[in-house]
Amino acid sequence: MVPYLATVIAILRKDLAVEWRSRQLLAAMLIFTLLVILIFNFALELDARVRSEVSAGVLWATFAFAGTLGLNRSMAIEKEGKALDGLLLAPVDRSVIYMGKTLANLSFMLAVALFTLPIYSVLYNVDLLNGGFLLVLLLGSWGYSAIGTILSAMAIQARSRELLLPVLLFPLVIPVLVAAVRASSFFLQDLELIYIWPSLNLLIAYGLIIPAMGFMFFDLIVEE
Amino acid sequence: MISTRGLGKRYGYRWALQDVTLNVGPGEITALLGPNGAGKSTLLRILATLSKPTIGDCQMANFQLPQQAAAARAHLGFLAHQPLFYEDLSAEQNLAFYAHLYRIKRPSERIAGLLKNFDLYLRRHEPVRTFSRGMQQRLALARVLLHKPRVLLLDEPHSGLDLAGVVILDEVLRGLAKKRTTILFATHELERAQSLARKVVVLANGKLVAASTGKSVSPSSVYRRALRIANRKA
Repeated sequence: MVPYLATVIAILRKDLAVEWRSRQLLAAMLIFTLLVILIFNFALELDARVRSEVSAGVLWATFAFAGTLGLNRSMAIEKEGKALDGLLLAPVDRSVIYMGKTLANLSFMLAVALFTLPIYSVLYNVDLLNGGFLLVLLLGSWGYSAIGTILSAMAIQARSRELLLPVLLFPLVIPVLVAAVRASSFFLQDLELIYIWPSLNLLIAYGLIIPAMGFMFFDLIVEE
Repeated sequence: MISTRGLGKRYGYRWALQDVTLNVGPGEITALLGPNGAGKSTLLRILATLSKPTIGDCQMANFQLPQQAAAARAHLGFLAHQPLFYEDLSAEQNLAFYAHLYRIKRPSERIAGLLKNFDLYLRRHEPVRTFSRGMQQRLALARVLLHKPRVLLLDEPHSGLDLAGVVILDEVLRGLAKKRTTILFATHELERAQSLARKVVVLANGKLVAASTGKSVSPSSVYRRALRIANRKA
């Protein structure tokens, strides 16, 4: 178990090091996120109450689109110089590649959220420092990264992978996005937990089932 | 160490490899010759566990492929056409990452030793994308040797190397063969095959069409004869 985790962390650290050196992915995700938030801000000239109701939807739509950029880039670095073959040649269980890449994608999404949330909070006049909302952010991002990593590994073999990934991803990620939007919205409106549990349960189930699928089938996905 | 019997690989309706039977023993250097599209890279990728054969038996370092591929990987080093590096990371960072994957003890000593052997030590902190093709090839060779594999599969290892790089590589390969490392390398260069390999096998149209053993038979004559046979059959 310890060598398994150590290898997962090595892959995560490698992805973070590549990003730290190139600074391509986070910069693109951040600029994109800010632009979308600004566009929504000017497009939806709403009163304070409606703003708090729609803000979860705006946030998750922004994260979902920015996340696609991240997923594409994350697998593109494995495609360049065929580095993925280097990983596949290593005497490790191939599910470590999946787990490491999923954690890396989650880190990038959370880094974008960390930067975006304060700006969003000011522009939309919404208090986002809410424990429940932050938990939903974590669960939703984990589910998104888990399914996104599987699909980006599948799309990497295709010539038009940048086009293919969103087409494959969005239909499959709808349950996560719907549950995350509902749970976030309810938390931000301070509704009782009884209304939030169904969405939270869906996020938790998705966050367990999809990584388990990745764990079992990633070997077959990356196989030639 | 490398043993295949009736090995075949099909992509759609096209057979990239057909009925390849090959044996390479410990400490042997074998050259794999053949024109472009002959199936050399396909064969090496199957032996490297990156691709599964459609038909046939394959053993590598006493492990049955593809069933025991994960165990076999610890004992093989594969040099592909591409260097398999992260271009934004430095040479040292790349090797350190691979050292971690192969669970190498005291990796910094091993990495420093290899970088010195391949004359890259002074540029170890520079990103790989700033390296020339030859330097990337030398670094790729360092990566392949990092975990001291018992079987080496090299796809055109001399490509991109300057004269000094070629001399270093040949010395390293001869030294490894003396330590009973099994080496199979694909090349287009007959002279290289002749000077380095004890045995030459020729692939054409996915089939193993000829083989020579020992210095008594010139690889160039085997190669030309093999290509004549292949063309006649085609």
